[in-house]
Amino acid sequence: MIELRDVAYSYGGGELFSGLSLALAPGSFHFLTGPSGAGKTTLLKLCYGDLVPTSGEVALWGEPTTGMARDGLALNRRRIGVVHQDCQFLDHLPLGDNVALPLTVAGRHHEAAAYLPDLLAWVGLTRHVDRRPPELSGGERQRAALARAVIMSPEVIIADEPTGNIDWEMSQRLLALLVELNRMGKAVLIATHDLNLIRSAKAQVAVRTLRLKDRQLLAAGADL
Amino acid sequence: MKRAIWTALSLLAGDAQADRSVPPTGFTARLTLFTAAAMALLAVFALSLSLAAGRLAARWSDELAQTSTLRISAPAEQMAAQTAAALEVLRTTPGIASARALTEEEEQALLTPWFGPDLPLDALPIPRLIEIEAEGRGYDATGLRARLQAEVPGAVLDDHTRWREPLVAAAGKLRGLGALAIVLIGASTAAMITLAAQSALSANAQVIRVLRLVGARDAYIARAFVRRFTLRALSGAAAGTVIGAILVALLPGGAEDGSSVLTGIGFSGADWLWLPLIPPLAAAVAFAATRGAARRMLERQS
Repeated sequence: MIELRDVAYSYGGGELFSGLSLALAPGSFHFLTGPSGAGKTTLLKLCYGDLVPTSGEVALWGEPTTGMARDGLALNRRRIGVVHQDCQFLDHLPLGDNVALPLTVAGRHHEAAAYLPDLLAWVGLTRHVDRRPPELSGGERQRAALARAVIMSPEVIIADEPTGNIDWEMSQRLLALLVELNRMGKAVLIATHDLNLIRSAKAQVAVRTLRLKDRQLLAAGADL
Repeated sequence: MKRAIWTALSLLAGDAQADRSVPPTGFTARLTLFTAAAMALLAVFALSLSLAAGRLAARWSDELAQTSTLRISAPAEQMAAQTAAALEVLRTTPGIASARALTEEEEQALLTPWFGPDLPLDALPIPRLIEIEAEGRGYDATGLRARLQAEVPGAVLDDHTRWREPLVAAAGKLRGLGALAIVLIGASTAAMITLAAQSALSANAQVIRVLRLVGARDAYIARAFVRRFTLRALSGAAAGTVIGAILVALLPGGAEDGSSVLTGIGFSGADWLWLPLIPPLAAAVAFAATRGAARRMLERQS
């Protein structure tokens, strides 16, 4: 589905990482760890085509993102649910419309009524459906971002520190949702510093943990 | 054509959810409305000027092309014979509907403004004037002059060409200037709306980024902006057109024959049918300008 082959990425002349390869197959569950500034968010952005590699190739469903037409990229992004670190909402829209936004831009807004109530109930935001994102706490925003990421039932779910602002109980609920989606065949890639989250996941599903350090991507499962 | 109609209909019908994706921006909304209204108002004035000049040019061209004058200067004892000969030549010339020698009273009336009412016509060598009215496509002036030169040596044909053509040309140029003004107004509208659209697109860069991240295609993003600006231009231009039409209708009328551009400015009869075209044209200009601006901006932001 998503494949990185010998990828390098540089910011303003400084190389963030190089020679990096990764394949997200259907049903895979990856955690990405590493120190701050190692390039975890950049790696995730490469995976959903928000950035293109300096060298090497990132392919979404077999098609390289380098040179991909914008409309083609948009269609591929509908197959990827992303939870951004800073959530990225439309602040003028109520929460319900924000969560349903992927359906709206895909011309399927009429389906929102079928999914939205259950999804908001699941992430505990039913009573906030008409509130604007700036009125929500960090944790509420992150739960809403996860709800938005999964509303289209995407084939791949990519999350950048999804439990950074939520309590343990809620993080376990979110993990349970991701595990459930993974069991349905979705590929999951989560960047996190939360080792307890990784351990909880390992208890439920086959997880592969990757560590981004010193510009290299290493398997780190044995360390956890 | 079908595609254009479908695009226009879907644009008017809109997509409420897509429209809501982009927050309303007060400044650009007001700017677009004001620009469209002001430009439509100016377009109404330019159109009325252009149409008035066109009417004047047509009137001068038609009326003067149908009349001409034959002047006979001859000794008094030959005047009657040459006048009769000239009338006979004119009677047998194709393209001439009628020819009539002016009476002494009519000639007196023509000269009164310059010489007063007591001019003794019979004591002065006043030329005899024959009024000619053409028909259809008129007569062959060159051929007629050649015949008159042979048969009526004292006759001089004046078909008004010398002063009719510059007047018609001037009126035609005035009409052209009116049309140029309308084109410039359209171009200015496009430029202003492009600037407003670019401003709105820049102000909503974060919105565009979020829409892209959740899988919005360029057409979806552009449509939200294009529809908004098109409808603003349509409503602004409609208001400007109505105000302009009222102001033109209130302009003081002039000579009944409309012989002056300034006193003839306005719309008459079918001319009014041009006005309903202004708002849709303004909307079309806004549609093209906003779509172009959106495409360029989305290209840059990718």
